[in-house]
Amino acid sequence: MNKPKLDLVPTGPPAAPGENETFVLNLGPQHPATHGVLRVKLTMDGEFVVRAEPVPGYIHRMHEKMGENRTLPQFLPNTSRIDYLSAMHYTHAFTGVVERAMGIEVTPRCEYIRVITSELNRISSHLVWFGAFLLDLGGFTPLLYAFDDREQILDLLEGLTGARLTYCYYQIGGLYNDVDDAFLDGTREFVSYMRPRLDMYRKLVTDNIILRKRLIGIGVISQEMCRKYGAVGPVMRGSGVAYDVRRAEPYSAYPEFDFDIPVYDEGDSMARYMVRMEEMEQSLRIIEQALDKLPDGEVNVKVPRVIKVPPGDYCYAVEAARGRFTVRLVSNGKPIPYRLKLRTPSFTNLSLYEEASQGMMLADALALMGSLDLVIPDIDR
Amino acid sequence: MSLTEDPIRLLLFLACTMAFVGFNAAYLVWVERKGAGRFQRRPGPTEVGPAGLLQPVADAVKLMSKQLIVPPGADAILFRLAPIMVMAPALMCFVPIPFGETLAGRDINLGLVMIFAFGSFNVMAIMLGGWASRNKYAIISAARIVSQNVAYEIPMLLVVITLIMVTGTMDMNEIVRQQEGWFWNWNIFQLGANPLMPVTFLIFFICMLAETNRAPFDMAEAESELVAGAFTEYSGMGFGLFFMGEYAHIVIGCSLGTVLFFGGWQSPFGALSGVPWFLLKMYTLCFIVIWIRWTFPRTQFYGLLNLSWKILIPVSLGTLILTSIMLKVF
Amino acid sequence: MKGPFFEILGGLRSLATGMRITMQQFLKRDVTVQYPHESLEMPKRYRGHIELARDEETGKSLCVACGGCQKACPSGCIVVEGAKLEGEKRKSVTDFQLDFTKCSLCGSCVEVCHTDALQYSRDYNLASTSKDSFHYDLLRRLQTEESVPSEEKE
Repeated sequence: MNKPKLDLVPTGPPAAPGENETFVLNLGPQHPATHGVLRVKLTMDGEFVVRAEPVPGYIHRMHEKMGENRTLPQFLPNTSRIDYLSAMHYTHAFTGVVERAMGIEVTPRCEYIRVITSELNRISSHLVWFGAFLLDLGGFTPLLYAFDDREQILDLLEGLTGARLTYCYYQIGGLYNDVDDAFLDGTREFVSYMRPRLDMYRKLVTDNIILRKRLIGIGVISQEMCRKYGAVGPVMRGSGVAYDVRRAEPYSAYPEFDFDIPVYDEGDSMARYMVRMEEMEQSLRIIEQALDKLPDGEVNVKVPRVIKVPPGDYCYAVEAARGRFTVRLVSNGKPIPYRLKLRTPSFTNLSLYEEASQGMMLADALALMGSLDLVIPDIDR
Repeated sequence: MSLTEDPIRLLLFLACTMAFVGFNAAYLVWVERKGAGRFQRRPGPTEVGPAGLLQPVADAVKLMSKQLIVPPGADAILFRLAPIMVMAPALMCFVPIPFGETLAGRDINLGLVMIFAFGSFNVMAIMLGGWASRNKYAIISAARIVSQNVAYEIPMLLVVITLIMVTGTMDMNEIVRQQEGWFWNWNIFQLGANPLMPVTFLIFFICMLAETNRAPFDMAEAESELVAGAFTEYSGMGFGLFFMGEYAHIVIGCSLGTVLFFGGWQSPFGALSGVPWFLLKMYTLCFIVIWIRWTFPRTQFYGLLNLSWKILIPVSLGTLILTSIMLKVF
Repeated sequence: MKGPFFEILGGLRSLATGMRITMQQFLKRDVTVQYPHESLEMPKRYRGHIELARDEETGKSLCVACGGCQKACPSGCIVVEGAKLEGEKRKSVTDFQLDFTKCSLCGSCVEVCHTDALQYSRDYNLASTSKDSFHYDLLRRLQTEESVPSEEKE
């Protein structure tokens, strides 16, 4: 990777408020680049960002409050809608915490299918990020190529679960239904279709000099900043911290698979971009191994009719597409939980935006926001 | 030319030029949308008319039927003047361009200078439009456009000076006539006079993209950042005029490229020259402009300026010196 | 001097590769489906709104109005009422209202039903100008329209 040419990137000094003639530009809730309803109050000095204050909350839907008013099986549709792009992971975390709390062991076949569908979901989420990020940078065409690939995944999952985006597929104790041969064959075909496409993206986008000039050296986030703000996921792995929940706190069937965790040390937008592109490759590897080793048997285990979690405090973390997603369940023995806390990755990833974007030019600040891969409903829940 | 012949020819020329510009502005949009669709593996407009051919007509009707909103606090005169200032000079630029052997507005011996003089009005018009809108996004965009265009005028003019040294004349028709014969007589292949001629053409092409604010140099109208840049506050036909002006400038730039480098209306076989060859070459260049737009992301603003000041200007100065040495010594 | 020169050349080569790739895609077939002139077939397991399944022998609904779906629904969109008719062993359903404007297609109702009385339809062409058209009276829809016989629950 090229060394960042810092002399070509002008950074203005962050001025104290009132010192220069600054004006406030509202990157309002309705803006093509903010991927949702996020308001960012930019105090700008000419083209330089003096202060970027994110104002979230425009899509707060009170999921945690709904968790306190519904029984545990009734909360399942909510999990898909917190971050609709990586819905499977969030449902996985929720069913995982309930199963851990009640001591239910799901069957190996169920675990493998959960891994396959989760990894497919990770690829489709990263494809959306890829397309939207390039759209922010001005390249309109890779968006449609990415969405074409994503259609294949969505068709596979639609044939399996019946839904394209908000799957209610994982149930407490198993799955909604078993996979059929059409899904398995289709997934194998998809894996062999996707590898050349990733190569094409590399040649079309990653190697492109305009993109490289746009991303290398921009928006450097140090390890210290990640630790300070609690950034997770590809943001953290792009800054050199080799932490992935699938390796650090293994869950489900991940210990049985052989895959790498891509880590880059530079901490700039290009590093985060490369981390996500490689994660797609690794997901394909995991899916192939899971398809080869898929055990036979049942997918569901017997669970009691009324799901009641014994009193206590339980946690479960997964590596969602955007980072570490933790569900914390506090129960007092009733069917309705006492407290359901959702710790989402985009919230903490956004919190470092204010410090990281100081002194950058507007276009760079937007490239930085795109490289953080924020999904606003994930922030506001 | 007698007095009675001239006004008729003048009127005819005016009408034809305006029709040509209007038709191009409208149907280049169609070509762009269909082309964009094909690059993205989708059909593009298909509903209105067969293969979407009436889409530009529908768009024009829509634009004309919208209310022309002038934001309160906007400069009354400049806001309304800016779109006109984009279109009128573009029409003027068509005067010296030779479409065929006898098909030119006027055979002006300073044709090139005239085109560049009127072409640079574009910058001022967009800047005034952006400034008069009294909108922060528009002002940022106007400032960017001015820096970008000033930076790219220079290499463009250096390249053209190089070419004038090779051809020895600024009369566009004369330049085309010098390139008659087979296609290796075209200026782009004149490696004897200037060994870096293809590089010269490349610089010219890049500068042309930057002058017309086309991707990958469309910082001014960066849709994902500045909504619509300098044109944010314009509605209806005001916006329509800016849009038409952009396509008119693309046509001018491509015609200029054709005339200067590719032999204008000369055919590549030395016989059967005429208007169709000119149109073919010009539209091929336009297609390449469209192709580039839909492939690459936008450059960074300072990257754009760095490209011009640090790379293009030294290289074009280098080709200029090289050409003068070659011409003087050989 | 050499470094930037090679960088420029490499950059130009990457641009040319990019343009070649887009031109290759230019010459390929479209991947879009021209809806509404063409449309796709929904897969077997597609989750449309629920409908009552018809018993093959009796021709009536399999629902016994136990209210399980009503209790399981997180959004409260189902209202079931039933009564024991003369000479029947179990209750039969007399009223089954679905408020589709609130439904999140989670499938809990279909899963909970122990008589397999509920199934998914494959309607996706739902567009209307009033909310009331999405308050489905599923029993009336069963009695007045054809419906697919009860499928084996997988």
